[in-house]
Amino acid sequence: MGPDDPLELDGRPAPGRAEISEAGVTLDGWEAVVGLEVHCELKTATKLFCGCRNSFGDEPNTNICPVCLGLPGSLPVLNAAAVEMAMRIGTALNCDIRPSSFHRKNYFYPDMPKDYQISQYDEPINVGGWLDLPDGSRVGIVRAHIEEDTGKTTHLGASGRIHGASSSLVDYNRAGVPLVEIVSEPDIRSAEQARAYAAELRGILVATGASDGRMEEGSMRVDANVSVRRVGSDRLGTRCEVKNLNSLRSLGRAIEYEMRRQVDILASGGSVAQETRHFDEVKGMTVAMRSKEEAFDYRYFPEPDLVPLAPDDSWRTRVAASLGEMPAARRARLVELAANASSGPHLEASLSNQVATVVDLGLDDLVVAAISAGIDPSLALARAANEAAANAEAASGLDPSAFATLLGMEAGGKLSATQAKAVLAEMLAHGGDPETIARAKGFEALGDDELARAVREAVSANPAEWERYQAGEEKLAQFFVGQVMKATRGRADGKAVVAELGRLRG
Amino acid sequence: MSDPGKPSVPGGSSGESRRLSRSDAAYVARLARLDISDEELDLYADQLEAVLDYAAEVDSVDTTAVAPMAHPLPLVNVLRPDEPADSLDRDEVLAQAPASEDGRFMVPRILGEAP
Ligand SMILES: [Zn+2]
Repeated sequence: MGPDDPLELDGRPAPGRAEISEAGVTLDGWEAVVGLEVHCELKTATKLFCGCRNSFGDEPNTNICPVCLGLPGSLPVLNAAAVEMAMRIGTALNCDIRPSSFHRKNYFYPDMPKDYQISQYDEPINVGGWLDLPDGSRVGIVRAHIEEDTGKTTHLGASGRIHGASSSLVDYNRAGVPLVEIVSEPDIRSAEQARAYAAELRGILVATGASDGRMEEGSMRVDANVSVRRVGSDRLGTRCEVKNLNSLRSLGRAIEYEMRRQVDILASGGSVAQETRHFDEVKGMTVAMRSKEEAFDYRYFPEPDLVPLAPDDSWRTRVAASLGEMPAARRARLVELAANASSGPHLEASLSNQVATVVDLGLDDLVVAAISAGIDPSLALARAANEAAANAEAASGLDPSAFATLLGMEAGGKLSATQAKAVLAEMLAHGGDPETIARAKGFEALGDDELARAVREAVSANPAEWERYQAGEEKLAQFFVGQVMKATRGRADGKAVVAELGRLRG
Repeated sequence: MSDPGKPSVPGGSSGESRRLSRSDAAYVARLARLDISDEELDLYADQLEAVLDYAAEVDSVDTTAVAPMAHPLPLVNVLRPDEPADSLDRDEVLAQAPASEDGRFMVPRILGEAP
């Protein structure tokens, strides 16, 4: 039965195609149940069990040794920094850090030359925890365990020709790179919430210093377990695992698609098959992956070449003490700082997006320095979340006091907004202090006389507009600001122009 | 990876007799990608059963007072510092492989995704 066939369900006509609201809950009473598995590559210098470099983008197979190639007689030795980073992640996610051990997961596939992957299995290092989302919802964390990444297989040669006919190519630089796999509880109810979870988790991973959080480079990879059920039911439906989600956008689209697909099947009386599906970004749909006749039997057994891991209290305490503030706390701090410095009782709602952007890009210090120097929070947030964010990498290296000085020049009328943005762009591109750059660019403050003259000239050159402005057509003020800006090449301060216009009107 | 439980026993055992069936032996052989004949299947089923019998002797020891251990050595936290060491020479490594191209190992075409 296709999705468009009309049918009776629960004594009422079911819609031909279930519509899904923005919140992710279907209009005819279905909801999504989603759990996410996030693989996070750790930012160590070396791999998990050998001294080969952990470095993205290097020439293929230049970071390989007997251990990560699985050559006979080689032995793994655990990287202390990887353990420490896993503990930082566990601590940030409110997990219990426990004694743990490693297993071999056996399978034949050319991405692992050993024919097994070393992973934590029934005794993971981090167990039970939670992550609070900006909307106030809480998602439980089942576990966050350590394992090694696999090599990279490709069907394309460097020449660009397709090897699909007979062979695949393998690069083992990534084989053995440390990963932490974070498994959430199936607490997520919509595509939007899944995106928010992945975004918040990404921010936390970056804040712990364990990851660079780059989804596009594959250093953070998300798989989604999706099922649907009637709203109010506490039963879990049959789930599908969706892979190949390379961006937050793909994650959201895949869950929306998968939800609709499953609801269509169930609403028309069918049943969902438990399977792994691949998200096709171009087509915007999930596709069942080739299924095997039998379930994989990984024959997990304890890794005999590694001894257990048992971080003591002092190590755990040290890790907890060394963790900086997480994004939620940093956002709250910025909001409070901005609200206290604002004239109004409440921070404008639009500013909370800017706060999120600033924290996400790690530009908090710029805003804090500017607000502390007396700059209006809305100006500090706007310049940080817009102009500085446009070149975030350079902005994170910007001297906060230089940023505050620049905004002080703008707020004090020494620089127009246009000039301030130009100076900031120069500071981001080549460094330097704002006063020197402003002088070099010829951005001298327009003297009061010069400004008044420019306004008078604009007025006499446009008598018709001046008449309408005088008659109370306020929006023409912007017309005159534009004229004055043009005449002064952006050196005039818009507010000063408006003030002068008002004075002339009397 | 994210579906932990107790490690499985390859093939399992049949209830009444502990005899390892031919299909158990065939399953183990398939997992190890071994192509063996019917006669060999009988031979290996017998031999594997002998291995199980031997392991059963260890099983008969009373371990009620012994805590389960992941490793026989009284060691934990054997770690190395996160310091890079030299990797192997790529050309030398690839020369050991049956085939390579563009600095990569060339393998028979892979069907499907990693398990
Ligand atoms: Zn190595």
